[in-house]
Amino acid sequence: MTRRIDCDVAIIGGGLVGSSAALALRGMGLSVTLLDKGFCGAQASGVNYGGVRRQGRPSEQLPLSQRAHAIWPRLQQLIGIDGEFLRSGHLKLARSADDMASLERYAAEVAPFGLDLELVGHNQLRERFGVMGDLVGGSFCPGDGHANPRLVAAAFAAAARRAGAEVLENTEVAGVSRTFEGFALEAGDVAVTARSVINSAGAWADRFARAFNEPVPLERTYPSMIVTEPLDPFLSVNIGIEGGGIYARQVARGNVVVGGERATPLDNPDYSRPHSDGALTIMQRASELFGPLRHAQAIRFWSGTEATMPDRNPVLGPSATTPGLIHAFGFSGAGFQIAPGVGEVLAELVRDGQTATPIDAFAITRFSPASQPGGALKQQ
Amino acid sequence: MRERPPPLIVGAGPAGIRAAITLVAAGLRPVVVDEGHACGGQIYRQPLAADKRDDRARYGSEAAKASRLHRAFAALGGDIDYRPNTLLWNLRDGAADILRDGTSRRFAYDGLILATGATDRVLPIPGWTLPGVFTLGGAQIALKAQGCAIGRRVVFAGAGPLLYLVAWQYMKAGVDVAAVLDAAPLPAKLNLLRALPLAPGIVLRGLRMAAELAFGGTRVQFGVSGLRIEGEGRVARIVYHAGGRERAMACDGVGYGLNLRSETQAADLAGCAFRFDPRDRAHLPERDAAGRSSVAGVYLAGDGARIAGADAAEAAGERAALALLEDRGLPHDPARAADLEHVLARIDRLRDLLEAAFPFPSHGAGDIADDTLLCRCEEIRAGDARRAIARFSLTEMNRLKAVTRIGMGRCQGRMCGAAAAELLAAQTRRDIGAVGRLRAQAPIKPIPLAAGLSIDERQHDPAH
Amino acid sequence: MPLLHRLVRTDSAVIRFTIDGTPCQGRAGDTVLTAVLCHAERLRRSEFTGSPRAGFCQMGACQDCWVQLDSGERLRACTTPLAEGMHIITQRRGSHA
Repeated sequence: MTRRIDCDVAIIGGGLVGSSAALALRGMGLSVTLLDKGFCGAQASGVNYGGVRRQGRPSEQLPLSQRAHAIWPRLQQLIGIDGEFLRSGHLKLARSADDMASLERYAAEVAPFGLDLELVGHNQLRERFGVMGDLVGGSFCPGDGHANPRLVAAAFAAAARRAGAEVLENTEVAGVSRTFEGFALEAGDVAVTARSVINSAGAWADRFARAFNEPVPLERTYPSMIVTEPLDPFLSVNIGIEGGGIYARQVARGNVVVGGERATPLDNPDYSRPHSDGALTIMQRASELFGPLRHAQAIRFWSGTEATMPDRNPVLGPSATTPGLIHAFGFSGAGFQIAPGVGEVLAELVRDGQTATPIDAFAITRFSPASQPGGALKQQ
Repeated sequence: MRERPPPLIVGAGPAGIRAAITLVAAGLRPVVVDEGHACGGQIYRQPLAADKRDDRARYGSEAAKASRLHRAFAALGGDIDYRPNTLLWNLRDGAADILRDGTSRRFAYDGLILATGATDRVLPIPGWTLPGVFTLGGAQIALKAQGCAIGRRVVFAGAGPLLYLVAWQYMKAGVDVAAVLDAAPLPAKLNLLRALPLAPGIVLRGLRMAAELAFGGTRVQFGVSGLRIEGEGRVARIVYHAGGRERAMACDGVGYGLNLRSETQAADLAGCAFRFDPRDRAHLPERDAAGRSSVAGVYLAGDGARIAGADAAEAAGERAALALLEDRGLPHDPARAADLEHVLARIDRLRDLLEAAFPFPSHGAGDIADDTLLCRCEEIRAGDARRAIARFSLTEMNRLKAVTRIGMGRCQGRMCGAAAAELLAAQTRRDIGAVGRLRAQAPIKPIPLAAGLSIDERQHDPAH
Repeated sequence: MPLLHRLVRTDSAVIRFTIDGTPCQGRAGDTVLTAVLCHAERLRRSEFTGSPRAGFCQMGACQDCWVQLDSGERLRACTTPLAEGMHIITQRRGSHA
């Protein structure tokens, strides 16, 4: 028998964005139904690298990123656990003078946003941070850090549930349509009516955008990650490399997480696994960069399914075709840190129709055929 | 035209050996990858160096089978591409990643026979990480392969035929076996009488071992529960409930195990579909009577597919190899295949009775004390898991893994996975089959970061 | 008192090695696990609680017997043959006593 639910807001996708929006909306007293086709926080939100990093983001993301930055230290009050958030600092390394110049330019560009970046030279890399290898210098952002993604998204969903949100897992939204009063969603044996809908379906969000005549050039990408056995502490900061390569962090328990390269999907494209070559490559690079990793063992690889936009910026904001529909997806592999801020912004958009945080750069209309000089969109 | 890659056999125990012999007889030259330094698997494991014991002393009643398999495998010589001391650590898209001496290599295969064997199944008990506690299989390997006893005064506890076999082997080796503590109640052993007509030799040998243990002064106790191992830094005593009261017994070594569990990681990485198997209380890769998995060209044989013992492994290894030959359009012997399937069906009926005679005490999982270590690698306690299940409303194994780290450590859930599933099922009042299974991830076992970029053996293959 | 007791190979060729700096003798055919536990009560301490560990499955499955050589190299004791001159560390630097 079909179960009927009527609510203020239906959220499609229980990742960190959808779950934090659900919690924020409950805080405003709105009724919320959060639907996930699998388990909340089990996709990109739960299996990403875990970097809580502002450094390196384009400046248009920084107001949103700063808003999220204020939330991370309050996780304990907000969701009941600290999510293993560690304000370790983020150190971005430069392998060449050109890369160092690029870091310097970035530091100058984002200076107004208050990231407090500190440029460090070659000698300091070894002395202060224990990083070896052929490096010119780096840029250190002391307020950045890392956290355990497996816990954070799941805890937001659990907190939303405790706060009274209807959280429906293993409930895939088969159809959503605009009605006179709002929206109607069909999801298995559940029928939901809602005044507003948030499309936070991650790598599956393009389907829902297209249903409202807003096709987007969303691409699925699959990061590739490995983790070592627990090791004595040697790496106090979250490491990135200008121009890419690898990123690495050591958790409080001693395991070192290393990411880099790309994985590819399995026969079922919702799932992916790292390639041996990619994993071996990042293992090799990490063991060259950090002495203590030379003899360490890798105990597990994993990947996830991320939604990536061509300009690496998310789609965030109201639909241009459908009143009451709000999009929030396409975080392009860098959604973890800003997602809690996005959740607050989404709640404001639902309640007030606007937000004080600048998000114009993320409008879905930037992909509409009219705004593209080249003309028609390439369909997926 | 490019050369067709060779078939790959993973594991050189009874199933893998028989598969290799069968493929070679048909003119193929399989690659055989095995973690062992010599063939035999765990059951017919060979020592690192000669130790003056002959096969009779080492393998007991199974000596003739062990010798025959060792000799037959050795006789294959250059007819196979044998890679001992080699870990298969990933499978994808028809290529295998292997590690030997710290270096990774990759090669293409065409046809895959997984004969990955089994390890002890355990449920956590207080004190199970103390030095001096080994699995039953571990205690047996210490004795058979290394010629060492795990203590001067040893207790064997748990369930399964191995419990009595290892205890008896220790007694024969002159070790003081203080007790055999069997989780199954005595009436369960009546199933052995039903098994008698199917396998009189096996059943009578088992009963004789139990009798010799008892007459030799070993306390044989049925219906044991509440096991606990105590000691400061090492085993000093074992405490248990039986006959309505708690008893304690001093000892300096404990062999513990609850039958066996299949090593299924390679099948998972190969993409095989899994299904819950009530007899083994585990998700196992699906296969037909011939050993074909759900993936074309991937075959499963031996205890790695489902626990059935060494004799079944031999038959299944040969049967799977015949299926590979048939699927490749090569001559094969259908009559032989039918005979093997008949043998396997008979052993399967025997296994049903043995499982009833030595039942897995799954009811105990719900009773694991909160402060007992559930996951040895990550040192996660049962109470940590229970709190996470409640806090996050967990119903599925991979979510339990994600939020608690159970099954995320070095062993990837080999030791704690069964217990965690029982605990999750008990707490959420779900059927054990409904809580899912831990998805395998490469590497199947730890590999060094400095394994280097893979040496690709596929160079003859222009497609890559 | 050692954990394991050697019943055979008592007169096999001697292999010299050290445990935490103490010279020891193993026998040809020993795994690292056997060689260490014929002298000692543990192989290592666990990372999180510092509890002593001495292996469990002895067949390369449980991964509980990883030890370190003084060169930093790490190995699984139950599947590695003892070699002359191995300097085995059973205690992680900076770990619990």
